[in-house]
Amino acid sequence: MSHLLELHDLEVKFALRTGDIIAIDGVDLTLDKGETLGLVGESGAGKSVTGFSIINLISKPGYISKGKIIFDGEVISSFSDEKMREIRGNKISMIFQDPMMTLNPVFTIGTQMIETLLAHKNISKSEATKIALEKLQKVQIPSPETRLDQYPHELSGGMRQRIIIAIALLTDPQIIIADEPTTALDVTIQAEIMDLLQELCETDHMSLILITHDLAVVSQVTEEIAVMYAGKIIESGATNEVISNPRHPYTKGLINSIPGSIKPGEKLQQIPGMMPTLSKIPPGCAFNPRCLEKIGICETNIPEPKKTDVGTMASCHLI
Amino acid sequence: MVMLVISLIGFSIKSNIGDPVRDLVGERVTPAERAAIADQLGLNDPFLKQYTRFVKNVCHGDFGTSLIYRKPCLEVILKHAPATIELVLGAALIIILISLPLGVFAALKPKHLFSRFLMGFSTLGVSIPVFLTAIMFIYLFSVILGWLPSYGRGETVDIFNNGYWNSGFLTLDGLQHLVLPCVSLASIMLPLYIRLIRSEMMEVLETEYIKYAWAKGLAPMRIWLVHAFKNTLLPVVTVFGLQIGIMFAFTILTETVFQWQGMGFMFLEAIERADISLLIAYLVIVASVFVLVNTVVDIFYGFINPTVRISGTK
Repeated sequence: MSHLLELHDLEVKFALRTGDIIAIDGVDLTLDKGETLGLVGESGAGKSVTGFSIINLISKPGYISKGKIIFDGEVISSFSDEKMREIRGNKISMIFQDPMMTLNPVFTIGTQMIETLLAHKNISKSEATKIALEKLQKVQIPSPETRLDQYPHELSGGMRQRIIIAIALLTDPQIIIADEPTTALDVTIQAEIMDLLQELCETDHMSLILITHDLAVVSQVTEEIAVMYAGKIIESGATNEVISNPRHPYTKGLINSIPGSIKPGEKLQQIPGMMPTLSKIPPGCAFNPRCLEKIGICETNIPEPKKTDVGTMASCHLI
Repeated sequence: MVMLVISLIGFSIKSNIGDPVRDLVGERVTPAERAAIADQLGLNDPFLKQYTRFVKNVCHGDFGTSLIYRKPCLEVILKHAPATIELVLGAALIIILISLPLGVFAALKPKHLFSRFLMGFSTLGVSIPVFLTAIMFIYLFSVILGWLPSYGRGETVDIFNNGYWNSGFLTLDGLQHLVLPCVSLASIMLPLYIRLIRSEMMEVLETEYIKYAWAKGLAPMRIWLVHAFKNTLLPVVTVFGLQIGIMFAFTILTETVFQWQGMGFMFLEAIERADISLLIAYLVIVASVFVLVNTVVDIFYGFINPTVRISGTK
């Protein structure tokens, strides 16, 4: 069975003056139609870069150096910019992290919605306005007609993120990539936005890639999960299995550091140390200096992904 | 407020420098007669009283009489103003038409050979003073090549038929005479603007909303020329407003080199012949041009930046 989206041995490098740095190191991912996938990890693990590489929009010195991305049967990683533009914002939409920064401050909401439609569909302005209104209603924005004439600064953060979701929905995409869509919002609004995203994906059979560091959110929203560390996927599988039976020490550490996992009053557990900078990844398993269960081989050999007893995949010598 | 301060400074200069009585009647008058004339002219009144009288007159458009032209100062300035305004306008037009495309190009293709050349050249441009550029232009285009006239305004047309606004924009000869002075005046600001637009644009191109515009799959031309450009304009417009005022001051040099019969030329003449009334009138009027231009720019700024617009209805 072919998947909607496949990442094969994807490698992303950043060309710096001091030499190339590997940001994504051989990532394999698959996403089926209507599936929701959570991409989890600390800052700098490479989750956002993975997300951006799918639409070939990695920030400047970065480039895909190896591997391929297959979407809907086509190798989109080798598409020209021109052809890629037909996919961006059309078949694959993105939701950015900070709604305060994402919308252009000098254009009205209506302009920014309609231009997206006109870029991809051969329709008139009034038809585009109609679709924009329809999508605004879908994301439950009160009085959508007045919103079209408003500027981003007139709206709150939660409202803006709803508008960005509405923009993502405009062209009825097959995949939505949400890069930490709730990080910049209040906790109460976070839940609303997540519920909305989940609901929309279910009703429209859209696939969702949710990039986040928040395991709690992932466990509620997604079916599949991939945990990233230093540019590699170190554990992946069905979300409930990975969360309840983590096999990689890093995943275990992440789960233990969620406030809900211990008794109130106790000190939260944390993973000692910090993630290595990409230019100084230690030999062997990248996690070994912080690992509590380290054995000799971890310092020399890079672990291969293996099937675990609960059916998930994990890259660890202990399995 | 600004105008009050300027007028106060102007008036202080007027009341302290030179002796209007001597200017009026010459040296061969007895001290008693002088005192009588000074008294008659109100020169012995307290400073504040003289100042209020001055402000009152100014408000009625009366700046006193120019000594060299033997006409009301306001009339003299109004006669010279069009020449300067046309010069500044022409230079501003050159700056806008050239700096925008070049600045945008340099921002979009910073590593292109032409962009590098532009940056190097603009450093050179900023560091050469106006009068030197002007003289070089005259030598090259008028003396060696003989393409363009080197001085004066050429043939002008009286637009409103009232003897005030003689425009050089309407005749070919007038336009030819405008070229060199305008380019010289623009030469100092132009490189500055190319650099300003380039750096502003490069900053805007790095923002999240531009990245988002790419992620929406918009065409590059729309992203660069609509999304990024409008945001680039915001700071540029503010600076441009201030600089137009400064350009009025810069015309003094350009007008002198090109024998351009404008306000700057008149100002130098007034200094040479100690025509204090005219000097003060020039000062006050140029200050009011500053204030006016900045107000206009602020209003225009409101049109392109929605965040400063005051919304009446919610």
